[in-house]
Amino acid sequence: MSYNAAMIPRQNPLDDAYAGKSAETRHLKPGELSTGTTIMAISFSSGVVLCADSRVSTGSYVANRASDKISQLHDHIWCCRSGSAADTQALTDYVRHYLAQLAVETGRPPEVKVAAHLMRRLCYENKDHLMAGVIVGGWDPVSGGSVYNIPLGGACISMPFAIGGSGSTYIYGLVDSEFKENMTRDEALALCKKAVSHAMARDGSSGGIIRTCVVTEEGNVKGYISGNTLPYGPAGW
Amino acid sequence: MSEFTLSPTSTPSPPGFSFDLTHRNALIAQSAAANNPGKLPKALKTGTTIVGLVYSNGIVLGADTRSTNDTTVADKNCDKIHYIAPNIYCCGAGTAADTEKTTETIASQMELLRLNCGSSTSRVVTACTLLKRMLFRHQGYISAALILGGCDVNGPHLYQIYPHGSTGKLPFTTMGSGSLAAMAVFEEGYRDDLEEGEAVELVRRAILAGIWNDLGSGSNVDTCVIRMDGSVEMGRNCVTPNDVGVLREKVVRSSVLDMKRGTTAVIGESFRKRSGGGVTLEDVVITEMET
Repeated sequence: MSYNAAMIPRQNPLDDAYAGKSAETRHLKPGELSTGTTIMAISFSSGVVLCADSRVSTGSYVANRASDKISQLHDHIWCCRSGSAADTQALTDYVRHYLAQLAVETGRPPEVKVAAHLMRRLCYENKDHLMAGVIVGGWDPVSGGSVYNIPLGGACISMPFAIGGSGSTYIYGLVDSEFKENMTRDEALALCKKAVSHAMARDGSSGGIIRTCVVTEEGNVKGYISGNTLPYGPAGW
Repeated sequence: MSEFTLSPTSTPSPPGFSFDLTHRNALIAQSAAANNPGKLPKALKTGTTIVGLVYSNGIVLGADTRSTNDTTVADKNCDKIHYIAPNIYCCGAGTAADTEKTTETIASQMELLRLNCGSSTSRVVTACTLLKRMLFRHQGYISAALILGGCDVNGPHLYQIYPHGSTGKLPFTTMGSGSLAAMAVFEEGYRDDLEEGEAVELVRRAILAGIWNDLGSGSNVDTCVIRMDGSVEMGRNCVTPNDVGVLREKVVRSSVLDMKRGTTAVIGESFRKRSGGGVTLEDVVITEMET
């Protein structure tokens, strides 16, 4: 019999264990790793930019300060992970497997929409057991660059840009005011870096370095900004 | 997909762990908390310091040798560096039984895979994937926190694996209750271009930091060097800062305690046949077996 999380009584909001924990971290099992995170993705004229901080934490300890929360699902499809590290890694492994199968069966590159709905299906149908907020982004020949947000409940929303993770609450206003339709690659990349560095400065469970990935028809360009050269933050104050 | 789609009541239990008592245990914990607040039954927690780092020509793993049962030291010189494949080893923290059994299981799967593929060496990423799948399937109930290191065709690799099944690939890492002390040493002393001697020395210092500053860790330092040429050097008990042998030698016991044979005088000897009660072999009647 596989373990069923629904059998464990839900934590009572009055419990001590509940106090002082964010909406993201209080659903984690004791000792479980969380990517208490800032992630975002913007689609621009010919592709998408994905961006994430690099902090992975267990409670107040940083378990990995240079992790990569941007995972590849297929040649031109990537995702940003937030929530439980174990859950999101397992999810991306499944989606990567199914997309690889699909690509062989159909003989053409899978659409980003298909990848996002595959992820949504796994997230929605297993929502009782999972703690995963995922942003799927990528390029395909049918729709060009596209971004899909799959929040905790397992919805799947196509968006021109998406932000997620515990740090995203600090930058909703910033991104709303700075976002424009049809940005260039460089404008989108600059906005990502600016927004995530602001989130990292205010959110305790986001930090480290900024990792980026630019996905276009031509290919994928991965990059990073080390923690002492962020556009905003302690080093620049 | 089994761990996602399997409904808890639908199918008969497959072989392996059973979680039938999970609900019962949760209820016991809940009622215990209600009856005397702040006095929850505590699960067994084990202390350990394990570390691993990548150097210019391979991997160095390190571990302390203390095994604890609550506050008692259960084993003063246990082995926490486990074999996975000839070119891959794995340090384990958490429940000793779980780390031992998981590494054994994966070592066996890796051997079968090598025989099936006709290859001589395994890849580290394969071991990492097998371990993370097994741990994720059991949702954190196998309490094994692992540092997996080895050299394969793609170079030296080091992974940290958490009990819930998340993994990370890093140039240096520490785990267990002494991980904070050990990480402090690594953060201070790690460089990308360490030589083997420097790397082993840094690992020893990191483990010693755990041994001295973490109550759950102690005794000796074990190391394991895995080189790119495939050679492995186990440094079992390479540092023994808690050796009491030397001190014991110095203890001089009074010669009065060394009793010679015959010190106690024998006054007399006699033998008597046992009488009454009970059955002895002599009372048994032997009958031939019917064939």
